Amino acid sequence: MAGWLEFEKPLLELEQRIDELRSFADSQNIDVAKELHRLEAKAEDLRRQIYGKLTRWQVTQIARHPRRPYTADYIRMLGVDFTELHGDRRFGDDEAMVGGLGFFGDRKVVIVGHQKGRDTKENIRRNFGMAHPEGYRKALRLMSLAGKFGRPIITFVDTPGAYPGIGAEERGQAEAIAYNLHEMSRLPVPIVVVVIGEGGSGGALGIGVGDRVLMLEYAIYSVISPEGCASILFRDAARAQQAAEAMKITANDLMGLGVIDEIVPEPAGGAHRDPERAARAVGEAIARHLSDLEAMSPEELVRKRLARLMAMGEFKEV
Amino acid sequence: MKDQLSWLRRRKRGIKEAKKREMPDGLWRKCEGCSEIIYHKELERNLWTCSKCNYHFRISAAQYRDVLTDDGSFVELLTGIESVDPLGFVDSKKYADRLVAAKKKTGHNSAVLTGSARVGGHLAMMAILDFAFLGGSMGSVMGEKIARLTRMAIEERVPLITLSSTGGARMQEGILSLMQMAKTSAMLAKLDDEGLLHVAIQAHPTTGGVTASFASLGDVIVAEPGALIGFAGPRVIQQTIKQDLPDGFQRAEFLLDHGMIDMVVHRKELKNAVVKVIDFFTDDRRGTAEDTLGQARKQGL
Repeated sequence: MAGWLEFEKPLLELEQRIDELRSFADSQNIDVAKELHRLEAKAEDLRRQIYGKLTRWQVTQIARHPRRPYTADYIRMLGVDFTELHGDRRFGDDEAMVGGLGFFGDRKVVIVGHQKGRDTKENIRRNFGMAHPEGYRKALRLMSLAGKFGRPIITFVDTPGAYPGIGAEERGQAEAIAYNLHEMSRLPVPIVVVVIGEGGSGGALGIGVGDRVLMLEYAIYSVISPEGCASILFRDAARAQQAAEAMKITANDLMGLGVIDEIVPEPAGGAHRDPERAARAVGEAIARHLSDLEAMSPEELVRKRLARLMAMGEFKEV
Repeated sequence: MKDQLSWLRRRKRGIKEAKKREMPDGLWRKCEGCSEIIYHKELERNLWTCSKCNYHFRISAAQYRDVLTDDGSFVELLTGIESVDPLGFVDSKKYADRLVAAKKKTGHNSAVLTGSARVGGHLAMMAILDFAFLGGSMGSVMGEKIARLTRMAIEERVPLITLSSTGGARMQEGILSLMQMAKTSAMLAKLDDEGLLHVAIQAHPTTGGVTASFASLGDVIVAEPGALIGFAGPRVIQQTIKQDLPDGFQRAEFLLDHGMIDMVVHRKELKNAVVKVIDFFTDDRRGTAEDTLGQARKQGL
């Protein structure tokens, strides 16, 4: 059952039946092709039915799936020859944020991203992907290197949020994020942002300002976590489902609001069901956008990046 | 047990005392810091601070305008930009209804008052957040007004002054409110490119998405005494770490100790502090020190 979500259960049961039938047929040397075909068609239907109309809360669960590919997985699957660099030169090295130099195809790119842990031990080290100020400052240090040497930047966003703790406040969590927004807006190199899992509020945006913002099909991106919104506005954290619906946090929603530029399709059920395929789609999209952006002068890049941000928001003028 | 009883007794005495000193509405106010009963006129004279414990009462954007600007010099700008309900957001109330109520309550149509003014003789663009309007929260309108005002500061080549008093991003506008952080910060980078000054004032409270954007991007950052300033609210932090928070945590003085702000300034000195910073960084002095002092005196500073 590990790795399956509640709403996927009917599909899981069917897939198990198919597996059983196949191994039974193999062992008994019986031809069950017809029955298998029927069941597989049924599974395909069910898959379409379940994943075709996911609620925003179900998408949230996929975005947070413990087997979902994380930043380091994408770097590896994209075939990047990656040299990780460490530290913010101010306080420490935050393992909730990774960054470094990547040879990506025939490109040299700086990559930064939030990094969640795969198990409890790693999650403690990675602080569940919730960065401290030193994480944001490390990210900016590396992105500034990219700016200095004319290398494009790829960022992978996947965090529940910037860490809310005593040390984080003492060292200026708010300032660290604010300054990243300020500086990323004027880095003279292409920046492609990919929201791969959870885009948790200011902690996500802190490495999320770019020329192109892409979002995986089942990723989420929101101003506050559904739980946080529920506890403040609905006075009950348990009403996170309702908050997720109200805030409109899926890739489709954000495409409609003009906040992202492209939805990167995922395998049915989510990237974890076929990580290599998900990574190929991500790699293809990044390369395509980088090609576009590389044709622009630094001035044009920065001007258009600012214009893109200035267009964000809805209001009326009376 | 003994301790609990003594606490009860103390509380009882307190109640009696309060009753005895109850005064007609409007004439007197009880200090939220030290419980001192203060005559309204005295409070006004002290710019809504307690003369006994220095507690700074929360005041409206219009009151801050009067505290910070030269008499009659403020011209409100960008008044016609109003909120819509992009998500059709409903929690316990409809966002659309909350907007109507906030307008009625404050008499303003947004959570930020923007305009141009003279400050100690200097022309400046000024944005003052109004906590009374949905907690001074930043949605599309605040982002747009601050971005446009910053652009006006660039066009006029004058300093920008922001005063924050806010709970952060406006959740009812979802991701669009988050994007205002990037929008305002990006425009401030432009202001920086142009070699112009931003003085950021942080009043109680300055938290969340506003702190994580323009409020932390002042060339000089000034806070009012006792103001709560932070990224996450203390309740969220406590729930996360399940520990008691240190005394004075996230207060202006705490931020000063940790190197996050330049100064903590009493409201009565706030204007002078801002003027001095502008005096230093700008060459085109439009007033004299005597003017500034005279105006300050006239305002009872």
